[in-house]
Amino acid sequence: MRESSQPLAGLRQRIARLAATGGPESRPAEGWLATGHDAFDAALGGGLAIGRTHEFFAADALDASSAAAFAALLALRTPGKAPLLWLRTVDAGRRTGHIYAPGIAELGGDPDRLLLVETADPKMLLACANDAVRCAGSAAVIVESWGKFPLLDLTAGRRLALGARDAGTTLLMLRLNAVPTPSVAETRWNIVAAPSRALEANAPGAPAFDLELLRWRSGPAGTRWRLDWDKDEQAFRNAALSGAVLPLAARRTVHPLGAEAA
Amino acid sequence: MPLADARAQVPDLTIVPHDPVLDQNWLDRLAQGCARYTPLVALDAPDGLILDITGCTHLFEDEAGLIDDIERRLTRLGMTPRHALGPTADAARALARYQTRPAPDEPTAIRRLPVAALELDAEATTALVRAGLKTIGDLAARPMANIAARFGAAAAMALRRLLGDAPSPLDPRVTPPPVATERRFAEPVASLPHATRILAELVDEAIIELGERGKGGRHFRATFFRSDGLARSIAVETGHATRDAGLVMRLFAERMDGLRDPLDPGFGFDMMRLAVPRLEPLAATQLKLEGGEVRAAAVTDLVDRLATRLGRGGVRKFVAADTHIPEQAQLALPAIDAPPPTPWPAPEPGEPPLRPFYLFDPPQVIEVIAEVPDGPPHRFRWRRATHAIRRYEGPERIASEWWRRRDNAGLTRDYYRVEDERGRRYWLFRHGLYDEKPDPRWYIHGVFA
Repeated sequence: MRESSQPLAGLRQRIARLAATGGPESRPAEGWLATGHDAFDAALGGGLAIGRTHEFFAADALDASSAAAFAALLALRTPGKAPLLWLRTVDAGRRTGHIYAPGIAELGGDPDRLLLVETADPKMLLACANDAVRCAGSAAVIVESWGKFPLLDLTAGRRLALGARDAGTTLLMLRLNAVPTPSVAETRWNIVAAPSRALEANAPGAPAFDLELLRWRSGPAGTRWRLDWDKDEQAFRNAALSGAVLPLAARRTVHPLGAEAA
Repeated sequence: MPLADARAQVPDLTIVPHDPVLDQNWLDRLAQGCARYTPLVALDAPDGLILDITGCTHLFEDEAGLIDDIERRLTRLGMTPRHALGPTADAARALARYQTRPAPDEPTAIRRLPVAALELDAEATTALVRAGLKTIGDLAARPMANIAARFGAAAAMALRRLLGDAPSPLDPRVTPPPVATERRFAEPVASLPHATRILAELVDEAIIELGERGKGGRHFRATFFRSDGLARSIAVETGHATRDAGLVMRLFAERMDGLRDPLDPGFGFDMMRLAVPRLEPLAATQLKLEGGEVRAAAVTDLVDRLATRLGRGGVRKFVAADTHIPEQAQLALPAIDAPPPTPWPAPEPGEPPLRPFYLFDPPQVIEVIAEVPDGPPHRFRWRRATHAIRRYEGPERIASEWWRRRDNAGLTRDYYRVEDERGRRYWLFRHGLYDEKPDPRWYIHGVFA
C-alpha cells in the first residue's frame, strides 16, 4: 500500500521500530487462555493472551448468549478456583436474560467461581470495571455492555487495557448488539451461533459457535472458525459440518468493519 | 415462715440461698430471648419484663398468638408466667401484677385495680384505703389537685401514668456492641477532613482491641453526633473478618464518597462513636512466600469495595436451591455474606446442556405454531421476529410444586429445547396442558449458548 504522505510513513516506521525494540506494548504475554482446540490455539500463538483486552461482539442481539457463553467458557476452562468477575448493568437481566448458574453448570463450568457485579448505569459499570481489572487474582473480568457504549471511547478503553496489563488481569469485553469500533483490544471477535450437530431424533446438540477474528494486534486477522463445545473434555473442538452448511475456508480474508479503522 | 418451721413441716426440704445477681442474670437472658418478639424489651426488675409489641403482633397472627408463644416457651423453661396487655407500659405492668378479677375491657380493668397498684409507700397506701379510696376508679373520680395536695405529687403522677394521661416511657434493653470506641469533643468538629482523621484514630483503637481479643470485625458502624442533636450513622461491611485499619478506612471513604446525601457537619460534631457490632474469630494469617494469600485477599478486598459502593446486593454469588422450578433453582445472594457453596447438580455426560445460559425471569410471551394438543412447536414469533424451528427435543415436563400450595393448583409446563434455522437455541415452554387449561400460552424462558 502506498502511503498518502511522507510524514505519515515516517511515523509508521517509528512505531514499527518502537514495537520491535520492546516498547511496553510488546512485552510477551504471561500466558494464554486456550480453547483446547489445537489448530485454533496454534494460529493465535497459544490462545488469547492473559493480561490483555479481548473484545467479543455479538452484532446481532440474538447471538448474545453465544458470545457470552464463549467468553465465560474460555475463562472457566482455566484450572483452579480463581473467581470470574462478571460486570453488567441491572437492566441487562431484563434485556438479555439473567445469568443462569444451573446452565453454566450444565456446560461444565463451576458457577461457584462466578462473581456477579450489577451496576445501575454504564458510567458506574466503567468505574467498577476499572477497579476490577486492577485487582490481581481473578480468572478474568467480563464486562457486558449492550448497544453503543459511548462512554467507552479510546481513552477509557486504553485506561482499562493498561490497568489489565499492569495487574495481569484478562479483560473480556462483551459487546452485545454493537458494531465493532476502533479500540485498543488485543483481539476482536465477532461471534454468531452456528447450527449444532444434531443428536438422535433431530435434537439440538452441543453449543456451536461461528467465530470471526476481526482484528489481532500481533498477526493477520480475518480468520474464521467454527467450533463447538465439548463439556466432557472441557475443550472446544471442530464442529462437524452438516450437509446443509457450506464448508468454510480455514483462512478467508474478509473486510471486517473495524479492523482498518483501528 | 422461718426456715426452721418450714424444715420441721417438710423434713427433706431443698434449700437454695437467694442470689439476686443470678436472678438478675436470668431475667437478662429471658429479656434477650424476648428480642424475638420485639426489639423493644425493657427489664422490670426483679421479676418482670415489659415488651412493646406495637406493630409486632401480625407475625403471630394476633396478640393472643404472641402471648401463647411466650407462655409456651416460658413454661417449657419451668417458669410460671403471668401476663397482661395494656395501652401503656405502666398500665400493662399494673394489670399483670395487681389484677384480681376479670373485667370486660381495659379501662374498666384499670379502674378496678386496688390502690396498691400505684406502688406508693406503705403509709400513703394505708392513708388512701382509710380515706375510703380502695380502687383506682375511686381515686380517678376525685379532682387531681386534691389528690396531689393530700397524698403528694408522686401519687398524682402515678395515677396519671396508670390512666394514660401522662407518658410512661420504656427504657428498652439494648445490646451494646461488643467493641465500641468513642470520642467526645469540647469544641465541635466542623471540618469533615478532621472528622475523618478522628475516625481513623477510632478505627485504630478498635482494631487494637479486636487484636487483643483475637477477633476480627465484619461490620463497622460510625455514628456522627451533631451538636444540634442529629446523628448520622455510616456502616461498612466486609466479606471476611478483618483487622486491617487501612481497609476499613478505604471502605469508609468509599461509602462517604458515594453518599447521595453527603455527611454535613452543620455546626460541628460533638461526639463520634465507632461500633463493631459483628465480630468473628480471626487468627493471625500466615502469608505464603509466593503470595497466594495476598492474591486471594485482593479479590475479597475488591468485593468489599464494590459492595460498599454499589450496596450489599451489588456483588452477588450464585447458590443452588433445591427445587426443580427453573427460575427458583438458583439464588443470587450478596457475595459479602454468602453461605458456603453447595454442590450443583452434575451434568449428564454426553448430553448437550439441558438448561439455558441466560434465563428470562419472568418468561416472555411468544406466539407459537404447534400441533394441538401436545406437539412440538414449529415456528414462533418473539420480539417482532419469526423463527422457524429446525431441531427440537422435548417435552421435558415440569409440574408445579403442588405440595407447597394449599389449593394444589398450578399449571404443568412442557419445555422444549429448540434450534432455529440460523443455529440459535432457545428454551420454550407451553404453560399448561390442554386438559388443565383450554388455550395454554407459550413462553420463551431462556436462550442456550
